[in-house]
Amino acid sequence: MAQQKNLDGYVGFASLPNQVYRKSVKRGFEFTLMVVGESGLGKSTLINSLFLTDLYSAEYPGPSHRIKKTVQVEQSKVLIKEGGVQLLLTIVDTPGFGDAVDNSNCWQPIIDHIDSKFEDYLNSESRVNRRQMPDSRIHCCLYFIAPSGHGLKPLDIEFMKRLHEKVNVIPLIAKADTLTPEECQQFKKQIMREIQEHKIKIYEFPETDDEEENRLVKKIKDKLPLAVVGSNTIIEVNSKRVRGRQYPWGVAEVENSDHCDFTILRDMLIRTHMQDLKDVTNNVHYENYRSRKLAAVTYNGVDNNKAKGQLSTKSPLAQMEEERREHVAKMKKMEMEMEQVFEMKVKEKVQKLKDSEAELQRRHEQMKKNLEAQHKELEEKRRVFEEERANWETQQRLEQQKLEASRTLEKNKKKGKIF
Amino acid sequence: ISHGHGGSHSSSGGSTLLGYIGIDTIIEQMRKKTMKTGFDFNIMVVGPSGLGKSTLVNTLFKSQVSRKSAGWARDEKIPKTVEIKSVSHVIEEGGVKMKLTIVDTPGFGDQINNDNCWEPISKYINEQFEKFLKEEVNITRKKRIPDTRVHCCLYFIPPTGHCLRQLDVEFMRRLSHSVNIIPVIAKSDTMTIEERQEFKQRVRKELENNGIEFYPQKEFDDDMEDKSDNDKIRETMPFAVVGSDKEHQVNGKRVLGRKTAWGIIEVENPNHCEFAQLRDFLIRSHLQDLKEVTHNIHYETYRAKRLNDNGGLHPISSNDTQESNL
Repeated sequence: MAQQKNLDGYVGFASLPNQVYRKSVKRGFEFTLMVVGESGLGKSTLINSLFLTDLYSAEYPGPSHRIKKTVQVEQSKVLIKEGGVQLLLTIVDTPGFGDAVDNSNCWQPIIDHIDSKFEDYLNSESRVNRRQMPDSRIHCCLYFIAPSGHGLKPLDIEFMKRLHEKVNVIPLIAKADTLTPEECQQFKKQIMREIQEHKIKIYEFPETDDEEENRLVKKIKDKLPLAVVGSNTIIEVNSKRVRGRQYPWGVAEVENSDHCDFTILRDMLIRTHMQDLKDVTNNVHYENYRSRKLAAVTYNGVDNNKAKGQLSTKSPLAQMEEERREHVAKMKKMEMEMEQVFEMKVKEKVQKLKDSEAELQRRHEQMKKNLEAQHKELEEKRRVFEEERANWETQQRLEQQKLEASRTLEKNKKKGKIF
Repeated sequence: ISHGHGGSHSSSGGSTLLGYIGIDTIIEQMRKKTMKTGFDFNIMVVGPSGLGKSTLVNTLFKSQVSRKSAGWARDEKIPKTVEIKSVSHVIEEGGVKMKLTIVDTPGFGDQINNDNCWEPISKYINEQFEKFLKEEVNITRKKRIPDTRVHCCLYFIPPTGHCLRQLDVEFMRRLSHSVNIIPVIAKSDTMTIEERQEFKQRVRKELENNGIEFYPQKEFDDDMEDKSDNDKIRETMPFAVVGSDKEHQVNGKRVLGRKTAWGIIEVENPNHCEFAQLRDFLIRSHLQDLKEVTHNIHYETYRAKRLNDNGGLHPISSNDTQESNL
């Protein structure tokens, strides 16, 4: 074990946290939150209240306004900026959960979704090129319990039993303004008792070395599960503007810790334990998934994941080699294919050229023939014409002679008369 | 009031009376009779657990009459199938005795798979009709047939604020023809006044769309007066109620209510919730009507169906010594 050594002077690595902080701020943060519960428990309102945005507003009504026949899993993203830090918040909603008459296996789509996110991360982690590793794993699941005042319903128990090993489950008592303080206490005790009885592992707040923090953590633990009320409407109470719900008998203030545990939830979720939720997801739930997945592959002997072909039992280096080989093989194949294609194209072109040459030749012959034919025709015509001319000329001479002869005769006649 | 109440009014043209005869004392005679015999009222509460059914019933009858108070512990396990548990009490007020029976249905809507969870309830209601029918059909009849038929069924709608659930629609659709259903919105202190109005409107519309006739049914309005009264009631139904059996001090008065950190919800304050309206409606004005509708309409429908189906009445259970054939 390394011995702790005292420093003689100031070295300066105490600024490491600052460097990490600056880098993270530049990178920005991601957080994925899932809300599960029957419709009408105020999930959308609570999300709006927590993050002070209108994720679900009149223009884009929340899932509760649309009736669902089967359980759906829907994602919505919002980018929040505060003090130079930006957070990419993804809310995964599950409308239709627990709303049907027969709710058996209504948790299955949710489990499938969580597993698929884990698988995506596992695949991207196993790749050679890991520059981009988007983390879309579910970091926290807020489970809404209806404020019956009695205890957990069979559906609640079943759901939490199936999901406590896959995701950080934080149970909440919804619409807590329905319970008086005594009823609330009793209800919480009853729920915690049932949770322990069924051995459900809800998200545990980590113990720290700091005394002060430990006290805070203990205070939170005493109040589990948190009873929340959500609202974004602002009401005036004693000339103060607060968020709350207006009843004829008073105003239930959302941010008043005497009225409900909303502030505790918000502080815990956003201000103190967000990073821890991510860490637990990464170190515990994801590792569980990963080891189960990979163990299943080795046990079977055959690679069940033929589809991706990237999961194997070899060490990362060997896998890298294999991938490189694969890559090279792929390149070679591509090269060959391209050459083939190229040759084929060349042949085609040559053929085409030849064809057009032949075509031209043919036409040339054709035209020559035409020309000769025309030439002959013309010759023929000319001959005929010459013949005719010759005839005509001969005829003319004959006529001329005849005329001469007759004229001479006349002349002779005249001469003769005079005698 | 049991079987003997037939109430035949002959509508012959009235002749003017020449002096005081004393016919109107018949009301007084009836009242005396009723007070001596007392009457039965059976009310059933249906809804998933945790909606305050038992508390509401206690508040309605201002006494610990529900199953909860009769020894059911708070952390009793939810039963695997719907059970029917009935508890009876005799309460008295102003010399009038009432045998009140509350029929509870634990386990309704609590399971993961709630298919057909209405069947045990439907069976129970029909069984009560059957019991009554058998007594009626006997050769030697009892003077007063004990009436265990369900006169009224309070159906508790969870205050989601959105719309009726599939389960609610299914249940009410199937049972509105065999029993008087009165839907109530439970734990309505969860909603602000605006949310409550919107929710009620939506629920009413959905009930209409699905053809569910809750009590008071439109088709049974006798005359214009009834119709206008009932119309007003139908407009405010389903009643948004809050139940409580604890008392608190408000303005020097002791009232039933719920104490929260931001105020006290008074159960009988009409500005806070509609409990007072429900109570008046159920007990002070329409109690007798509920029984009559059950007897004259729901029971008669059942009876007609039974007699037609079998082509004659054959008793269902075989351990009856007195069989009768029609």
